[in-house]
Amino acid sequence: MVKLGLIVTQKYYAQIYVTLRPSVLDPAGVAVRSGVQQMGYDNVEQVRIGKYIEVTLNANSEDEAKTQLDRICDLLLANPVIETYRFDLTTVSSEVQTS
Amino acid sequence: MKFGVVVFPGSNCDRDVVWVTQGLLNQPTRMIWHQETDISDIDVMVIPGGFSYGDYLRCGAIARFSPVMQATLEHAKQGKYVIGICNGFQVLTELGLLPGALVRNRDLHFICDRVPLTVVNPQTPWTTGYSANEVINLPIAHGEGCYYCDDNILAELETNNQVVFRYGSVPSPNVGAENINGSLNNIAGICNRQGNVLGMMPHPERASDPSLGQTDGMKLFKGLL
Repeated sequence: MVKLGLIVTQKYYAQIYVTLRPSVLDPAGVAVRSGVQQMGYDNVEQVRIGKYIEVTLNANSEDEAKTQLDRICDLLLANPVIETYRFDLTTVSSEVQTS
Repeated sequence: MKFGVVVFPGSNCDRDVVWVTQGLLNQPTRMIWHQETDISDIDVMVIPGGFSYGDYLRCGAIARFSPVMQATLEHAKQGKYVIGICNGFQVLTELGLLPGALVRNRDLHFICDRVPLTVVNPQTPWTTGYSANEVINLPIAHGEGCYYCDDNILAELETNNQVVFRYGSVPSPNVGAENINGSLNNIAGICNRQGNVLGMMPHPERASDPSLGQTDGMKLFKGLL
């Protein structure tokens, strides 16, 4: 790969939320709800359990990062048959990246 | 018929299948490591049960990207046979060879049991050994076997006779204790439109050797030969 001096990749940090589609039953969520209600919180109507995934990636632009993340989510991180996803993307300044 | 049995890290029913196809039926059988790409010698690809890649993320989600599954996709497109059992069924849905998804069992338990199934479609290449609406008993062992799909897909599956096995001893969808994991329309196994790809949660390979007490699964393998 030829590296051109002017092309600088940016590091991005994505916080991805994968949740079950409303039409899919979430028996684990129902079980947790019953636990919450046993705590005395009768006001809790619904609990739905999803996944939270953090991804750090390098890309040439925010658009490119988003496109890649959409593909990663559609094909792997979420199953569109039963789940939906959304993500928040922030840039990471390289100086902060110490670990 | 030459059988190929895929081995993922975490597969644990691969040897049981080999025992049936090679040990009991004397068919040439090859275990295929998940990194392999050349499966041109194989007639029947078997995606066995287990916990491929530790079931991380979702059951079958990571396995579908393995090199051998890309080869299996091509194998299926050529009209050749593919069967996914238990975790293999989950892999085939993730891969898109079969519609829908397998989600957590209704009552959240991992169920290890022997259950009655009804053979709804005896016309597939896999089920010629069974009669219509025959009730058989097969072992199941899964935590995520509750079949789900949207209403349109479900209607298509029923219209095209793609539902092959249903939980319970009646051929029509029914609610109640016999629908053991809460699957839509009691679905325990489905095939693709062409019928060459079958996915099922129950384990026919665990009910094939007479010394294990049950042989209802043997007809499925014999039917192919």
